[in-house]
Amino acid sequence: MLTTGTIIFGVFALVVIASALGMLLSRNAIYAALFLVLNFATVAVLYLILGAPFIALVQITVYAGSIMVLFLFVIMLLGAEKLPAGEPLGHHRWIALLFGLVFLAELALFLVYRAGMRAAVNTPPLEFGSPAAVGMSLFQKYALPFEITGFILVVATVGAILLTRGEGFKGRKRTLEIQSQDK
Amino acid sequence: MDGAMILEWVIKSIFLILVMTGGFAYVTLYERKVLARIQVRIGPNRAGPFGVLQPVADGIKLIFKEELVPAKADKLIFTLAPVLTVIPALIITAVVPWGTEVTLFGRTIKLYLADINIAVLYLMAVTSISIYGIALAGWSSNNKYATLGGLRATAQMISYELALGFAMIVPVMMAGSMSLVDIVESQKPVWFVFVQPLAFLIYFIAALAEINRSPFDMPEAEQELTAGYHTEYSGMKFALFFMAEYIKMIAISMIGSSLFLGGYRGPFVDQLPALGPLYLFIKVAIVLFVIIWIRATLPRIRYDRLMQFGWKVLFPLALLNVFVTGVVLILVGG
Repeated sequence: MLTTGTIIFGVFALVVIASALGMLLSRNAIYAALFLVLNFATVAVLYLILGAPFIALVQITVYAGSIMVLFLFVIMLLGAEKLPAGEPLGHHRWIALLFGLVFLAELALFLVYRAGMRAAVNTPPLEFGSPAAVGMSLFQKYALPFEITGFILVVATVGAILLTRGEGFKGRKRTLEIQSQDK
Repeated sequence: MDGAMILEWVIKSIFLILVMTGGFAYVTLYERKVLARIQVRIGPNRAGPFGVLQPVADGIKLIFKEELVPAKADKLIFTLAPVLTVIPALIITAVVPWGTEVTLFGRTIKLYLADINIAVLYLMAVTSISIYGIALAGWSSNNKYATLGGLRATAQMISYELALGFAMIVPVMMAGSMSLVDIVESQKPVWFVFVQPLAFLIYFIAALAEINRSPFDMPEAEQELTAGYHTEYSGMKFALFFMAEYIKMIAISMIGSSLFLGGYRGPFVDQLPALGPLYLFIKVAIVLFVIIWIRATLPRIRYDRLMQFGWKVLFPLALLNVFVTGVVLILVGG
């Protein structure tokens, strides 16, 4: 039965697929990045339809708003928007095709054998996606994975800062050593 | 959800957009008048009594200007960029309440467009999206100055977004809710600016940088970059950038007033809810005055200083403020 919700979902799902294809096929890196932004934004709308406003807005803030802005920034800074006309893939193309076909077959098998299982998925309560509920499950049920993720991110940040400082940091240290020797 | 409800939402949305665009027109006049007084001039006073028709005259002038598109510009994105800049500015205030509720034509009307439980997150999301218009405008113009302006704007906005986010978390922690209506209501005993002056200061500075206002108007530093990202824009496309800048000024004043200055709250607002929008208007006008005053007073700071200030001063301070607020809230609230 076609309800309003299904129609809206269908329209947005089509936009998601079309923007993903546009991202893959676009020969201009800026356009590809913008297609990806559209894709993220539409996926956020799908989250909204599913009753998860928190995840939807985090998706927009983090992916569309921060990560893609950085992508765009780097593309613009390097002036790397023009991609080469032909992809230098070579025989990788055939391996990719093979894996794609395997994935497609897997999907088809899943659809055939598990088609009846859809009804078995419990619909979560409406409160499930609210910020308070997300916070509670993050800091109580999943506190350890959350902390580990945070730790890994801090390590990555420190590493990135160290890498960018590189020579300058050593140079400054040497300057300090020379200064202390002078005294 | 009945038909009248949808009609009410549509009317409120149109009203909000009209207020913001009309507000834009008169904030330009307000700024020119205030700047003139500060610089001991008179300011625009020819069009209409006291120059009140000046924005109309400016608008008509811009409509009749020729629209130029540079020869090697990316035409699609060049046209899209001003639109992408204006839309976030127009929709960001959808979650800001103007008052509690009034009865009009026998119908109780809530004086806000949307009271969602993730309002502050919505503000962050729209802020982060608003970078695209400026970055793309700079890139698509195919002009070195414009591209540099766009890149500067992007770097600056990403850097100050963090401090802005942490400053906006503090009222959320104090109120225990992300809904702006709840945040305003929980400022009934005392405005958050008195409990959290540092958070307000960080919010104000970061917001100024976020909307590229003086002294953080690096992206359009005339001496170095001609007009920055909108160098190549003319006519109504330029007007859209201009509009976005002033609407963003109004928006950050409204959001700042709601988060820290008690929003629509004021004396007798519980007895007479119609006073709510008036109080909000007065607070917004005062904050706008301070923004213009800062523009008239402070010189533009250098670009590397700006980035250093954002990352090494504002961001750690905001983080520390959130931490201290959390500890105090746990000790006091139990």
